[in-house]
Amino acid sequence: MLNTLLEAFSLLSRLDSQVVAIVWLSFKVALATVTLATLIGLPFGALVAVASFPGRGAVTVFLNAMMGLPSVVVGVIVYLILSRSGPFGDMGLLYSPTAMVMAQTVLVVPLIAALTRQIVEDAWRTYATEFRSMHFSLRHSVAALLYDCRYSLVVAVLAGAGRSLSEVGAVMIVGGNIEGYTRVMTTAIALETAKGDLPLSLALGMVLLTLVLLLNTGAYHLRLWAMRKYG
Amino acid sequence: MANFFRQLIIFFCAMLLGGFAQAEESIVVSSTTSTEQSGLFGYILPRFEAKTGIKVKVVALGTGQALDTGRRGDADVVFVHDRPAEDKFVAEGWGVDRRDVMYNDFVIVGPKADASKVKGTNDVVEGFRRMAAGSAPFVSRGDKSGTNSAELRFWKDANIDPKAWADYKEAGAGMGPTLNMAAAMGGYTLSDRGTWLSFKNRQDLEIVLAGDKRLFNPYGVMLVNPAKHPHVKKEAGMKFIDWITSRDGQETIAAYKINGEQLFFPSAKN
Amino acid sequence: MFPIQLSNIRFTPDGRTVLTGVDLDIDAEGITVIIGPNGAGKTVLLRIMAGLQTPHDGAINWNGDDNPATGIAMVFQHPVLLRSSVFHNAGLGLKPFGLSRAEAKRRTLQTLERVGLAHRAEDSARLLSGGERQRLALARAWAMRPQLLLLDEPTAALDPSATDVVEGIVREIRTDGTRIVMTTHNLGQAMRISDDIVFLANGRVIERAPTSRFFARPQSNEAKLFIQGELPWRISFDN
Repeated sequence: MLNTLLEAFSLLSRLDSQVVAIVWLSFKVALATVTLATLIGLPFGALVAVASFPGRGAVTVFLNAMMGLPSVVVGVIVYLILSRSGPFGDMGLLYSPTAMVMAQTVLVVPLIAALTRQIVEDAWRTYATEFRSMHFSLRHSVAALLYDCRYSLVVAVLAGAGRSLSEVGAVMIVGGNIEGYTRVMTTAIALETAKGDLPLSLALGMVLLTLVLLLNTGAYHLRLWAMRKYG
Repeated sequence: MANFFRQLIIFFCAMLLGGFAQAEESIVVSSTTSTEQSGLFGYILPRFEAKTGIKVKVVALGTGQALDTGRRGDADVVFVHDRPAEDKFVAEGWGVDRRDVMYNDFVIVGPKADASKVKGTNDVVEGFRRMAAGSAPFVSRGDKSGTNSAELRFWKDANIDPKAWADYKEAGAGMGPTLNMAAAMGGYTLSDRGTWLSFKNRQDLEIVLAGDKRLFNPYGVMLVNPAKHPHVKKEAGMKFIDWITSRDGQETIAAYKINGEQLFFPSAKN
Repeated sequence: MFPIQLSNIRFTPDGRTVLTGVDLDIDAEGITVIIGPNGAGKTVLLRIMAGLQTPHDGAINWNGDDNPATGIAMVFQHPVLLRSSVFHNAGLGLKPFGLSRAEAKRRTLQTLERVGLAHRAEDSARLLSGGERQRLALARAWAMRPQLLLLDEPTAALDPSATDVVEGIVREIRTDGTRIVMTTHNLGQAMRISDDIVFLANGRVIERAPTSRFFARPQSNEAKLFIQGELPWRISFDN
């Protein structure tokens, strides 16, 4: 165990270009996923929080349940959709980073939307009458609430980023773990573990952990700063 | 502030659309975990890519899955090791132009102590009988891979139904994870030599039986039938098949060694 | 919009009587202050006028105006401010107006100037003092240039000097041509600021009179007792 750990550290100290490329792709895929999922999930979650419509409770339960959606299931579904024999086969997107972003977006949107709904709904209780007195439409309410909760919503977005970075099932299936093209940190870890190269897996795992920790540290300080600034 | 966010979003979208674009020509080869995990592709593909400028994207799966991937049209070339399944694939019209590429051999790997005394024989079927009679577990791939179907053929030859045996464990995983399991359980397994040689977490495992002619493990390559899947990159795919069965390709395969040991032996008929 | 006529308003949530048989006319000018003991239904009456609550019975007539909503603004007893700048909060009520960005900015800054918060435009709204927060809430409503402004206890939690500033602003808004209806517990404030008084008790309008007459000669027993109870010093002064 200790030897494996020491070896992992020595591997990290001489990060080669291949590892850097893997980390960079992970980062790009996560960034694209989170951007897309945020653009969809934030307004959607806020809408569910604010609007009253039949089936709202069902949508809420559905969103919460989808947070725990197994990534492999999403992977298989997106695979079948993007496969040449599937409905979007002629786009030829399978085994590409774009496919990985699509699958992960499906995974991350419910997560961000569900957390957003929770955060925005709490704020909505405070503001509802006030907004009505200002004759806000649904759109205005959603926009104002999202803006007001922006620093809390960082947590929701971050949860999405964490899931995207650490998820392996979906990207493995739709990305194919192709070296130099769709190999990201998690699939590389899976492969190196399969090859019995535990130090390299551990080294990549540490990079992944560091990245996620850095992200969360940044978010933590952003929130502290926001609390001091906006009360 | 709002302006800044807008620019950020535009930047992201541009990156999303442009960042993953791949200019060079490429083909998808669905292949087996054994070829990928043994490091063979990492060794031979740069040479092919440098020669032709065609990027080869390898998706490593079990042989059964690799053939399914070809059947669905999600690969241009299939490169696997299960002759009966390959012949069926071609006969059904999913693949064309199947060619022999190389072979390696399977080895039985087990704990050094060799409680089931497999080391005492050179006959693979006898080895399987001894494992079934012994107390140590046997870890099977259980994933419909080429290695898995070879293993099942040996059980059949030995007239043993392994599923009736409590210590028969199906990993449902690639060769590497299966070796990890065997190492952890102190059990036996059937592995291709390539993966075994490049496998690092051996712990107490070693080869207990090898060299029987029946352990011969041939690899074949074929193009996914463009008549069934018109988008298949026929030209680039054929360039790959031609190269890997060419003298240059074959020599490159033969030159791949781990610790001085050759992993794959060329077998293309030129 | 004016005169606004409330007729026979009944509000009885869960069978509990909050308002009953309320008739009230609001004409185009002045400041009307609604006073009355706790639980008299003052706040609910304001909310009904703001269209935030639907009465269980009775009707409001806006002089034939179907949808006067955008002409009405309301400031709550505890205004909630967004976690953002003073400027952003002050302009919030203008969002549904569809003004150009420049026009909205001009109006917001102008209003902040008038409530004396222009120099704090970039500061965070939630870090303001109680008096400043109330002024900001007034600015937010004022920027909407409402025809009718409803104020619920605008100085309830303020010290005398902050109260003084707020009263000054309320007067200025009135001078600007906005009709004001407000509630207060502060009878001194009611006397200082209002043109007429609506005295509410047990969910009914007991008395409606010009301010000076109401305090000098309350007609009803309830009003007399209320004024005595709330302002014993004043009664002894006058007698």
